[in-house]
Amino acid sequence: MATPLKKTQVSMKVNGADVDGLVEPRLLLVHFLRENLQLTGTHIGCETTHCGACTVDCNGMSVKSCTIFAVQADGSDITTIEGMANADGTLSALQEGFRMMHGLQCGFCTPGMIMRSHRLLKENPNPTEEEIRFGISGNLCRCTGYQNIVKAIQYAAAKINGTEFQEAAE
Amino acid sequence: MNDVTLTREEREAKLEGMGCKRKRVEDIRFTQGKGNYVDDLKLPGMLHGDFVRSPYAHARVKSIDSENALKIPGVLAVITAETLKTVNLAWMPTLAGDVQMVLADGKVLFQGQEVAFVVATDRYAADDGINAVEVEYDELPVLIDAFKSMDPDAPVVREDIKDSKKGAHGPRKHHNHVFEWIVGDKDLTDAAFGKADVTIKQVISYHRTHPATLETCQCVCSFDKVKGELTIWGTFQAPHVIRTVVSLIAKLPEQKIHIISPDIGGGFGNKVGAYPGYICAAVASIVTGKPVKWVEDRMENLMATSFARDYHMTTEIAATKDGRVTGLRVHVLADHGAFDACADPSKWPAGFFNIVTGSYDFPVAYLAVDGVYTNKAPGGVAYRCSFRVTEAAYCIERAMDILAQKLGVDPAEMRLKNFIKAEQFPYHSALGWEYDSGNYHTAMKKAMETVKYAELRAEQATKRAAFKRGETREIMGIGVSFFTEIVGAGPSKNCDILGIAMFDSCEIRLHPTGAGVARMGTKSQGQGHETTWAQIIATEIGIPADNIMVEEGNTDTAPYGLGTYGSRSTPVAGAAIAMAARKIKAKAQMIAAYKLEVHEDDLEWEIDCFRVKGLPEKYLSMKDICWAAYNSPPPGLEPGLEAVSYYDPPNMTYPFGAYICVMDIDIDTGVYKVRRFYALDDCGTRINPMIIEGQVHGGLTEAFAIAMGQEIRYDETGNVMTGSFMDFFMPTAFETPHWETDFTVTPSPHHPIGAKGVGESPNVGGVPCFSNAVNDAYAFLGATHIQMPHDYWRNWKAAKELGAVG
Repeated sequence: MATPLKKTQVSMKVNGADVDGLVEPRLLLVHFLRENLQLTGTHIGCETTHCGACTVDCNGMSVKSCTIFAVQADGSDITTIEGMANADGTLSALQEGFRMMHGLQCGFCTPGMIMRSHRLLKENPNPTEEEIRFGISGNLCRCTGYQNIVKAIQYAAAKINGTEFQEAAE
Repeated sequence: MNDVTLTREEREAKLEGMGCKRKRVEDIRFTQGKGNYVDDLKLPGMLHGDFVRSPYAHARVKSIDSENALKIPGVLAVITAETLKTVNLAWMPTLAGDVQMVLADGKVLFQGQEVAFVVATDRYAADDGINAVEVEYDELPVLIDAFKSMDPDAPVVREDIKDSKKGAHGPRKHHNHVFEWIVGDKDLTDAAFGKADVTIKQVISYHRTHPATLETCQCVCSFDKVKGELTIWGTFQAPHVIRTVVSLIAKLPEQKIHIISPDIGGGFGNKVGAYPGYICAAVASIVTGKPVKWVEDRMENLMATSFARDYHMTTEIAATKDGRVTGLRVHVLADHGAFDACADPSKWPAGFFNIVTGSYDFPVAYLAVDGVYTNKAPGGVAYRCSFRVTEAAYCIERAMDILAQKLGVDPAEMRLKNFIKAEQFPYHSALGWEYDSGNYHTAMKKAMETVKYAELRAEQATKRAAFKRGETREIMGIGVSFFTEIVGAGPSKNCDILGIAMFDSCEIRLHPTGAGVARMGTKSQGQGHETTWAQIIATEIGIPADNIMVEEGNTDTAPYGLGTYGSRSTPVAGAAIAMAARKIKAKAQMIAAYKLEVHEDDLEWEIDCFRVKGLPEKYLSMKDICWAAYNSPPPGLEPGLEAVSYYDPPNMTYPFGAYICVMDIDIDTGVYKVRRFYALDDCGTRINPMIIEGQVHGGLTEAFAIAMGQEIRYDETGNVMTGSFMDFFMPTAFETPHWETDFTVTPSPHHPIGAKGVGESPNVGGVPCFSNAVNDAYAFLGATHIQMPHDYWRNWKAAKELGAVG
C-alpha cells in the first residue's frame, strides 16, 4: 500500500498534436486531458458514464473519458472540444448552431454535447429529430430541456449539408 | 455622433436592448471549451482534499485511526473534528439559524456525513487516503420516517440540543422538533370550515429530491500566510454572503477574504449554502500553507449536500356547494434532515410557503408548519424555487383538483371561478402577502383556447367510455395548473440573510469611447446575465449591449449583493441596473445641456441621444456624452460617468402562469407518454424572449423529472437508495417531452422596468401540472390522490390498487 504505483509511458494524438506522458495505470483519460494536458474543456459530471460531460472523440467514436484509463487510449487519435473550432478560429457549424439556437445555458454539458453531436452527424449527416434525441441520449443537460440542443444540431446539419435550415415552430 | 442616416428602428436594433432575442455573449467561450469552472483551476503546489464519509445513518464514532492513511505516499494530513476544535470550527452556523457539524463530532447523523478530511498531493492519493482511514462505529437506532419523528420514544437525532426548549424560530415541542411556524387566523378559518357546504382533506406529500447540478459543489482555498489573506474560488451562487460568513466564523477581517465565483455549471439552489468541504479546504490551506482543492463527486453530491422538499402537507379546503372556496387550512410536516440547513431568508423558517393560497381568493386561511429532524442529509434548499413556493404551489394546485373532483366540476372551471380578479390587484392575501399585479382569467382562457381544452375533454370522455367497454387499455389525463409565484426576495423590512438585508446592486462605469462595464452583486449559473444585463443598460442609456461588459462573482470588484437564487436577480438586481443607469442618464443630460448650450429641461431623450426639443438636428449622442464626461465636463461637475445603485425592493414580484399537460398512460404497464405540454408564463416585461423560453424549457424538464421519478429515497435503515445517476432519474433528450411556450405580459407596477423574473416559474407550475395529469387520468377509476413521483411502477401500482389491472 505504501509503495507508489509504477508509471507507464503513453502517447497519443490530441487535436492533431502528438502528446505523451508518464502516468499511473489507473489515471483516467479525462484527468490526463484536463490535468496533464490542461485541456479543461472536457468536464466531469458524474464519474460513472451517465452524464456524458466528459465525451471526447476517440478513433472515430464517442467515448466517455471518465471511464477509460489513459493507458487504454495509448496510441489513439483524440479530438476534444478545444479542437472543434474552424482552422481560422471561427466557430464551427455545431458551435455556431448551439449559440444561434440557444442550445446551452450553464455551458457545463456543452463540450460533451458538441463532441457527441459531431460524431452523430458523421454517422448520420441528416438525422430526424427522433434520431437526434436518441443519438444524444447518453449526454445529460440540466438547463435546456434539450429542445434547443436538437435545433442546434439540425442547424449544424443544414449548414454542413449546404441546405436551408427551417426552425421548427414552437 | 450617431449615424444620422439610420432610421429609428435601425438605431434601436443596433442597441440590442430589451425585448430583443440577443444571442448570448457567454456562448463564445462555452462552445469552445473555454469556460472557467472551479475544477479547471490549477495553482502551483495545489493539494487535494477528500472526505471519509459515514456508511451509517446514525452511529457513535468510537475512534478514527489515521495512521495507515498517513503512510500513503502523497497523503499529508487527516483532519478530524478534534483538529477543527483547535480552531473552533468543528461546527458551523447554517443559514437557517441552526448549527451543523463540519466533521463528525462524537456521532454521525446521516449516511454520507463528513467524518474526516484527507489532504494529499493529488486526487488519487487523497482517495487512497480516505480508504485507509479506519473509523470504528457503534450503530444507533435510526429515524427515517418524519411522521414518527415526534413519537415519545423516537431516537434523539440532535444530542447537542436535546434539552433545549427554544430553537432559532421559537419554542421546541420535542427533542426532534426544529420549529413551529404559524400564519393566518385559526378561529376565522375554523369558523369557515364549520359553515362549509363541502370540505376536502388530503395529505399531499412532496417527496425528497435534489437539484443535482451537472457540475458538483467545489472550491479551491488559498491562504497567504504573509498577507494573512484567504482567497476562495468556489461554486457560490452568493459570493458576498459567503465572504461575510467566512469572516464571521473564521474570525478573519472581511477585507482579507477574497471570494471568486468563476463560471458555474448550474446552481438551482444547490450552491447557495456553505458546506463542510469549503470549511475543511480553507482550514487545510491555512494549516499547510498551500492551495487546497475540494471537488465533490456525484454520489457525495446526491447523498450529502442540499436535498430539496420532503414536505408533507395535510391540506383542507372549505367551499360552497357551487364551488366557491371559503377557507384553507394546511398543516405541514417539514423534514429537515439532521441539521436545519435550508437556505431561506432568516425570518422565514418555512420560506414563503404562506403563498399557499395560490391564485385564488380565499377569504380566510390558516397555516402551521412543524419542522423536524431525522437521520437524513441536511438541507431543504430552494431547488429552482423561491423558498418553498414549489411546495406551496403543488399543495394548492393538487387540492383544487381534489375539490373539483369532489364537486364534479371541471378543474379549469374551478380555477376560473375562484381566481383573484384583475381589478382586485394589488391583492392582499389571507396569509399576508400583497400580490403586485395579475390577470389570471386572461391567461387561463388563452391557454384553454390554444390547446382546444373543450375538445380535449370530449376526447377524454370518449376514451373513458371506450376503456369501460374494454376496447382500449390506454387512459388519458389532462393536467391543469395555474400558479402564482412570489419571487424577488426581498424588501429589507422582512427579508434578510444572517442580518444582511436582501437588496442587490449594480455599478456601471462608462468609458470615454462609449463603452463600459457593469459589475453586479448577482452571479449567473447559466441564466445568461452577461447578455441580459447589458440589454437593460442598452435600452436605458443608449449604449449598444455589445459595448457593455458585465462582470459578476468577484467580491473585490463587485458591489455587495445577495446573489442569484429564488428568481431574485431580475426583480432585484435588474432593478438596480435600471436605477444605476438612470443616475448615469441624469448626469449625461447635464453634460448634454452644457454642450448643446440649452437648459436641461429643453432636452428630450431619444433611443441613444439627447435632442433639443423642437430642434431635431441639434442633439448629442450618448457616445459623445461619454467622451465629453472625461474631456470637457461642465464647470462644477465632476468628470467621469459612473453610478452605483443598491436596490431595496418595495415588494416581491408575483409571476404567474397557466400550464396544461396531456398525457396517455398504458394501464397495464404504467408507461406514460406526454402527448402535449403547453406553458403560458407571465413574467411581466420580457428582457430577452430567447432566454426566457430557454429558462421555461429547462424548468419544465426539471419539473418533469421531479414529478415523474426523481427522488432521493432512503430505506428504513437510512441507506440512500438513489445515490447515483443510475438510480436518480435524470431525463435524457429521448424521454423529455416537446415544450410549447406562450406568454402574456402584466408588468410589475413597482419594478423600474416592470420585470418579474421567470427562471423558477416552470418548475413551480410544472410539477403540479404533470401530477394533476396523472391523477386526472386515474380519476374516473376512483383515484383521488396518487403520491408523486409518478414513475411507471407507481402508476402500475395505482392501477392495481384501483382494481384496474389484474
